[in-house]
Amino acid sequence: MKPDQQYPDKPLSVYFFGTCLIDLIYPQAGLAGMQLIQREGVKVIFPQDQTCCGQPAWNSGYREQARSVALAQLDCFPQDIPIVVPSASCAGMMRYQYPELFKDTPQLSRVKGFSNRVFELTEFLVHVLKVKLKDLGPPTRVALHASCSAQREMAVSEEHSNLLQQLDNVEILEQERKRECCGFGGTFAVKHAEISNAMVEDKAKSIADTGAEKLVSGDCGCLMNISGNLQHTGQGPEGQHIATFLWERTNATES
Amino acid sequence: MQQKVEFEQRVHKALSDSQLRQNFRSTMDGLMAKRSQAFPDKERLEKLRLQGAQIRANALLKLPELLEQLEERCTANGIRVHWAETVEQANQAVLKIMQDHNATNLIKGKSMVSEEMELNHFLEQHGIEVLESDLGEFIVQLAGEPPSHIVAPAIHKSRQDIARLFQEKFPDIPYSEDVETLTRSARDILRRKFYEASIGLSGVNFAVAETGTICLVENEGNGRMCTTIPDVHIAVTGIEKVVEKLSDIPPLMELLPRSATGQHITTYFNMITSPRKEGEKDGPREVHLVLLDNGRSSIYEDPELMESLRCIRCGACMNHCPVYARIGGHAYGTTIPGPIGSVIEPQKLGLDRFGVLPTASTLCGACGEACPVRIPLPKLLNRLRFEQVRDDPPDNTMGKGSQRSIRESLVWNLWSWANTHPALYRLGCLFLTRLRGLVPKQLGVWTRVRKAPAIAPKTLHELAREMGIEDE
Ligand code: SF4
Repeated sequence: MKPDQQYPDKPLSVYFFGTCLIDLIYPQAGLAGMQLIQREGVKVIFPQDQTCCGQPAWNSGYREQARSVALAQLDCFPQDIPIVVPSASCAGMMRYQYPELFKDTPQLSRVKGFSNRVFELTEFLVHVLKVKLKDLGPPTRVALHASCSAQREMAVSEEHSNLLQQLDNVEILEQERKRECCGFGGTFAVKHAEISNAMVEDKAKSIADTGAEKLVSGDCGCLMNISGNLQHTGQGPEGQHIATFLWERTNATES
Repeated sequence: MQQKVEFEQRVHKALSDSQLRQNFRSTMDGLMAKRSQAFPDKERLEKLRLQGAQIRANALLKLPELLEQLEERCTANGIRVHWAETVEQANQAVLKIMQDHNATNLIKGKSMVSEEMELNHFLEQHGIEVLESDLGEFIVQLAGEPPSHIVAPAIHKSRQDIARLFQEKFPDIPYSEDVETLTRSARDILRRKFYEASIGLSGVNFAVAETGTICLVENEGNGRMCTTIPDVHIAVTGIEKVVEKLSDIPPLMELLPRSATGQHITTYFNMITSPRKEGEKDGPREVHLVLLDNGRSSIYEDPELMESLRCIRCGACMNHCPVYARIGGHAYGTTIPGPIGSVIEPQKLGLDRFGVLPTASTLCGACGEACPVRIPLPKLLNRLRFEQVRDDPPDNTMGKGSQRSIRESLVWNLWSWANTHPALYRLGCLFLTRLRGLVPKQLGVWTRVRKAPAIAPKTLHELAREMGIEDE
């Protein structure tokens, strides 16, 4: 949580922005995120017209294209209710980068109104819904990878661990150079593959070295990257989005 | 394209050198740990960073006036000021001073601006012998290499590398891998030289406009010797190094050594306000200050990019950069490496030549978080990515728009089109999920060290509909 961040009271309903990566590769994480919110008695709305937050173009310098995509998202979330995002990276884009993207444009005030309603999933669970989780799973040991956006831009890595610590049977194992980037960086992984590869190999190794049974992260970009390497080498734990992990361990009917 | 190929070759070379990688990794780990210990109170650190940023921003805001004031005060104190718009002019200014004194050798303290000027090379071409007296600079000079880090120039070399280098260059000295012994040998060689050189050159950490004072931060004492033993002292600096008042220095000095090496204070802190005065027993008889622009005033014109001129060259951004830690300083191919180098150098040398550097970052934010004067490095890297591909460059300075390719813009136009037409997007996703078996297992560079990501059988859009989750 950033020192100046303010949180609203528990609302009756929220929007859910699934992110394009979750949509295609990790839909269970999006589903779990929505279920965690619904369980607290809050209605979830998933606008079917949502697509991508626009970050790939923004970080590649294609601002005009990023703006068109961002505006299309704005149209999907018209009501004045929170927008919950199961990714610190996309949430950071929508909360902090949108105002930059629309700086000096007539849409800026509308964009700011939108950006202020954006919350990352774990901060929303902790600070707005104030969830109390009851662990139903067997004892396990996990490694947590908080993305760079989770640590810095959104400052929600504490919230990630807070939620995991609520689970009595889960032990968090510390990895070496925990705060270092996994080397994904969106198009960076393709444009500068050799550097990215060197980074992910180190990150995956430090995670495998913990002996954890699972790798948990709040961002699917990192998961895709790190798990991809862990699967490639055949060593180390399986990766899971934090929402999936939390839901599986606390949902009576599933576990 | 050429710049990318060359960069990739340098990167490849660095990544394949396990010794080099280990040298950087262990030093960067050490420097990060030391910095963190030097700032035990995070709240105090944030206050200080804010103060540091304000001091530097204020100085930049008043830059033209402060530079005039600096010149005036320096001149009144007896320091001769030389303005240089280009590297060529700065080199000529130094050469002229050397020639005026019939000097044939120069002893140098550490100065990144002199690296930017390629001063050593220039003077050597004019028959002048140049000797670096900072230990790290001395080592890279012996090896005929540029520095790989702005604070620790020879950081890419291991103890053994240095021992071998000394053996090759000074066969008379017995071979040793002991750091103490190596340092002592270098010191003995340099000591003699200090008394032979008639001119000493140094960099500048801060130039105080209010008093006309040149501040020099160092650990080895060579800076003090360069600026006091020879009869003439030449200080070279970029025009952005000016600060308004003497009282601006303490907060900056609280930040600089801690951010750079984790030291609370450096061994030496020199303040030079005039040449030797009547009746004084030591100090140079002449002091010159060369103020170099070399592209800084054009950076200054952009209110956002100008923030990069706040830099106090502590090196913390490179120490914390996971890319720098792996590829090292030489891979960047510029005088200043690391995140700040990737911001400043393409602005000076052109995005057409170094536009690849701002793209070589994951934008993880570690640099911006460490920077003692809060330069928003990721934001500026993003800005330069934009500048190099924009199709409406307001002017053609800096190589704006030079990296725009038809293919890449087409890809982004298509991407934007798909993501602004929800029905199309859903259809596309539907195809991908239903044809997931056809997605190749090999995805170019991605799958070299990773398994290809598996596309889900159903998208979240579909699952949400099936679960009866409302659409609006
Ligand atoms: S940009 Fe900041 S962190 Fe990097 S060298 Fe300059 S002052 Fe230090």
